[in-house]
Order: sequence, then C-alpha cells, then structure tokens
Amino acid sequence: MLQRKSNIFLWCVAANILVLTLLFTHAYIEQKKVLPSLVQRINMVNDLQLTDLSLFTDARYTRHPSMADLNTAFQDHPLSLEHFPSGTFIAPPRHLMRNGLD
Amino acid sequence: MVWIEKQRNILDFALSSLLRRWGKNLALVIVYTLIVFILASIFFLSHSIKKEASIVLQGSPEVVVQRVIAGRHELILERYMDDIRKIPGVLAVKGRLWGYYFEPATGANYTVVVTDASREKAGSITIGAGVARVAGVQKEDTMPFKSSDGTYTTLEVADIFSHESELISSDLVEISEEDFRKLFSIPEGSFTDMTLRVRNKNELNVVADKIRRYLPDTRPILRDEILRTYEAIFDWRGGLLVVIFTGAILAFAIFAWDKASSLSFEEKREIGILKAVGWETSEVITMKSCEGIIISLSAFLLGVILAYIHVFFGSFFFFTFVLKGWSVLYPRFTLIPYVDPYQICALFFLTVAPYTAATIIPSWRAATIDPDSVMRL
Repeated sequence: MLQRKSNIFLWCVAANILVLTLLFTHAYIEQKKVLPSLVQRINMVNDLQLTDLSLFTDARYTRHPSMADLNTAFQDHPLSLEHFPSGTFIAPPRHLMRNGLD
Repeated sequence: MVWIEKQRNILDFALSSLLRRWGKNLALVIVYTLIVFILASIFFLSHSIKKEASIVLQGSPEVVVQRVIAGRHELILERYMDDIRKIPGVLAVKGRLWGYYFEPATGANYTVVVTDASREKAGSITIGAGVARVAGVQKEDTMPFKSSDGTYTTLEVADIFSHESELISSDLVEISEEDFRKLFSIPEGSFTDMTLRVRNKNELNVVADKIRRYLPDTRPILRDEILRTYEAIFDWRGGLLVVIFTGAILAFAIFAWDKASSLSFEEKREIGILKAVGWETSEVITMKSCEGIIISLSAFLLGVILAYIHVFFGSFFFFTFVLKGWSVLYPRFTLIPYVDPYQICALFFLTVAPYTAATIIPSWRAATIDPDSVMRL
C-alpha cells in the first residue's frame, strides 16, 4: 500500500489533517471546560472593579492601557521616545490615535 | 477511476522530481514551515488574548470617570460624585481607590486596590499569585510596605488569588481603605477615579457627554472603549512582532517566488523530454502545480500544528521575552485556545495559493516551447 510515493504523501497529509482536527477539537473542549472558571473571572473583575489585564506591569500605561493618559507615550517628556519594550509591542490605544478628546 | 489514476501517476512523478532535488526542496519546506509557524503563532496568541480580554472584561465598570489636570490623571474629589449623581439616568456612583506600589527590593510594580470586600479589613491584604511568587510570601506571612511619609506598615497576607486568575490578578494587592489612605497619604474625600452604573445602557454615551459638559476637567471612559482598547492593542497587524517578521516574510517571499517562478536548466530539459515522450501541456502544468501544492501544503499543515502546540501547550515560549518586556512581575497563565477559522483560512490562502500559482506560469511557458529546442539548450 505504501509502495507508491503518492500513497505515502497522501497518508502524511491525511495524518496532518487528522492531527489538526484533533487540536481544534481540543480547542473546542477546552473552551467548554473553562466556562465556569471564566464566569468566576468575570465576577472577580466585577467585584474588584478591574479595567485591564495584568499582562505588562512595567509601566502604568502598559499595565492599564485603557486608563492611560491621553499624552501617552510621550508622558515623561514632550520629546521622550517610548522606551518600554511592551509599549512598542502593543499598539497605542485607539482613543489615543483619534484627533481631539474622545 | 482512469482520471484519478492519471492524477496519482502525475503526483508520483512530481514527488520523484522533488526528491531528485531533495536538499533544495527540504530547505524550502523548512523555511516555509517556519514562516507559517511564526505567523500562525502570532494569530493564535493575539486572537486568544483578545478573546479572553473581551470576555473577562465584560465585568469591568460601565463607566470610569477620571479627573485630568495638565494632561495627567489626578485624584477626583467627592463633590464630583454628588454632581454626577444629579445626572438623570445615573444609578450609582462609587469612588475607586487604586494605585501602584514599587517594591525596591524586588523591582516589581504592584497594583494596589481597595474593593468592597477589603474596605473594612484593616491590617490584612489579599495578593495575586505573581506578588506571592516575587515577594516569596505565603498565606499568613506578613509584607512590609513603605508609606509615602517614610514609615513602614506591615500587613498580613490573608489570602492569595487563585493561579487560574493570574491574567487579571497577578500583580494585585487588595487592601483596606484605611491602610491605602495611610500608605499613600490620600486624604478622606479623594479617590483615584469613579465608577458609574447607568440605568439604560443605550444612554451611556449621553451620560458620558453630560459628564464632559458639566465637569470639563474629567474624562469618562466607557466599558466599550476598554474592550476596544484590547481589540486594538492586540490587533495582529499592529504588533511589533509582525513588523519584525515582515522583513523575514518578505525575504522568504522573494526566495519562494524566485524558486517557484523561474525554472532551472534541468527542469526545462525535463519538461522538454516529457513533451517529447508525449505529455500534453496541461499534464506538465498539472505536474508542476502538484510540486507547488506538495511543498506549500506540507509547510502550511506542519506550521499550523507546531504553532498550536507552541502557543497552547508550550506557553508561547518563543514570544515570552517580548511579552515580558521589562516586567519583573509577569503572570504565569495558560491561554484558552480560541481559534479563529477566518485567520486559518486567510493564512491558507496567503501561503498555499500564491506559491502554487507562481509555479504555473513558468512551467506553462516552458511547456509551450518546442521540445527539440528546449533539449538543445
């Protein structure tokens, strides 16, 4: 059965597609599994009145991008350049790129 | 059946042809897989963080009102609460107390918050798992905090937030109102900002407009804006990672285009021989397209599988150094695997289709030349 090269290739593709399907099934199962803990986290955000994820703790405008001053990222000095790596990894909040006050 | 058998024979021939130049083609598949892997990893990571933020932050305040002085966030006074309460449609106004505490011993920044649950519990704190890790403390240990007047306040760790909630609570220190005011010398009647609840959700913008008009030195931030912020900052087109990898992707595109769109002398000769032994132009083109599909499809499937494993099983270790930035305190979390089918389809059409299409034109050109003249080259 595996004597022909095309058979070997088609079996490899089928195996890859199967693995991919299994991984996407894993994603679906995990999404269902974490629902209770997700609800818990929503309640926690509500109870603690949080506004941001604690992903980047190096500067206040990366820790709380949604609460950042309107003059971020030039807040330290009018000519200072952005110096935190995470500040360059994330794009500026949309409200900071609009003209005028939101 | 005859048609299928014919296609399989062409596929067999295409595979043999690729194997004759296996070194070159293997290098191409490896680089191709790497590019798909990087792109798919960025897609998976940004989409999952964005999705989780959009779900979890549904619980965030409907409206936050900040006071702004000289472009800077300033403490807001209690009288603002009274003014806001008078706006029709406002259901409740609450002063929020929160701030940052820099711990010189570890170099970490904590986010200190006062909540309804902790307001009255003077002397004790609840900390995030990240704080516990960095400070090396456990439940019932004590943590010293340096007040703004230089004195030290020692607080007992009453509890630690669960590890599952690290993405939102890693750097949190939940503290009582009394301790917070003492620590940062914040006078009674002043708050960091305010949160509102509005009776009718459709009136949120109207209420925000009124706040701006009545209290011009304030800035209302709606929940929708908070959610949009996360939508924007993790937009895959906006990240620095994509900017860095754009160079690599372009270099690969040139390499792949050159490889796919120009035939070597050997390949031209091969096509000439095939034509001489009776292959039709359409069969030659099918064979060349098969070569393109074999390379690009293999790279796409392998790249996406490896990216999924990297992001959701391997805690995106290749990107950790960028995500961590200069943070001393970084949450340890496992992402919920949210996969966007649109992104997978886009990646498929961006990687498989162009490469396969690029192989067709030069092989059509070579296949339409007289076999005799091609073999004499």
